[in-house]
Amino acid sequence: MRLPALDSPKWHSTWASFGFGFLAVGSSILGLVLFATYVGIGALAHNAGFSLGWALASTLFVWAGPAQIILISTLGAGATIVQAGVAVTLSAIRLFPMVVAILPMLRGPRTPLRKLVLPAHFIAVTMWIESFRLLPRVPRESRIAFANGLGSGLVSVCLFATAFGYELAANLPDLLAAGILLLTPLAFLFSTARNSKQLVDRVALVAGLALFPIVSQLHTGVDLLISGVVAGTLAYGVHRWRRLQ
Amino acid sequence: MSNFIGDWHALLVLLLAGVLPNEIWRVLGLVFGGSIDEGSELLVWVRATATAILAGVIAQILVFPPGVLASVPDVVRYGATLLGFVAFVATRQSILAGVLCGEAVLLAGKWWLG
Repeated sequence: MRLPALDSPKWHSTWASFGFGFLAVGSSILGLVLFATYVGIGALAHNAGFSLGWALASTLFVWAGPAQIILISTLGAGATIVQAGVAVTLSAIRLFPMVVAILPMLRGPRTPLRKLVLPAHFIAVTMWIESFRLLPRVPRESRIAFANGLGSGLVSVCLFATAFGYELAANLPDLLAAGILLLTPLAFLFSTARNSKQLVDRVALVAGLALFPIVSQLHTGVDLLISGVVAGTLAYGVHRWRRLQ
Repeated sequence: MSNFIGDWHALLVLLLAGVLPNEIWRVLGLVFGGSIDEGSELLVWVRATATAILAGVIAQILVFPPGVLASVPDVVRYGATLLGFVAFVATRQSILAGVLCGEAVLLAGKWWLG
């Protein structure tokens, strides 16, 4: 989709700016991967015994694929609220630097904080990547409306995908339902591999994959946390060691 | 309608274990964003740990598969992931190609091996 020129009067309307953001979702190749991921999340939620309303509420209010999968799989495996909450919060720390990086692109000299609350909620990895791609082509005073449109568009697509995956898992024959459940690990594995440009991220990915099956033999209830923190720290150690060389 | 929502206790769990521990980091980013150095060493560790936790979740779904995915033989699940990864690398990191290849191997494998 082509956006209007930076000096076009079309940007003067808040609703038009919102609409351009909403429709820009159609130009996002990542949107397709996101769709597949949320079909998988809907299917996982169904398999873990959650209601459709619960699955949709998790997409709307959590709005972070990894956190939702961690939540569904830990609760589904019998974890307590505290165990699941700690695993979710550790996975969500990465949202902090994303918000920090995007805000300067949205904010003007006199933007009140309350206007940034909704755009901040929409920030997750896809929104983060697409904001860097699209926001420079939007005039600064229209960027908040545009980001709200883009975020609403992505959330709408994912709410549909969640319900779609949930119903598919409920009604498809086993062969296809198994295929839907495999969508999530595949989509996350490849998108994480693609986002891992630096050595530290690659080591973290490989070590995290290798360590979890070993740590899970301990049956601590917080296996995911232990393997994640150990593998992440190991990767950070490799990063420090390389810098000293 | 009650079927759609399920029980209210589950929604409370969603709020306490899902929404709040996740949203807190967006709020903190909003409030303290101005004063954090984006390239700081702490953030490098945080990113690495977040990546490793996500990798652990991927491994968890593959090694201890949920629902009907458990009815797929181990060798087919691991083979589908491995060949999907080969397709991902071979197509200059196309996520879509990797996912489609992995899915094709899974469906074919389960079809043949049961």
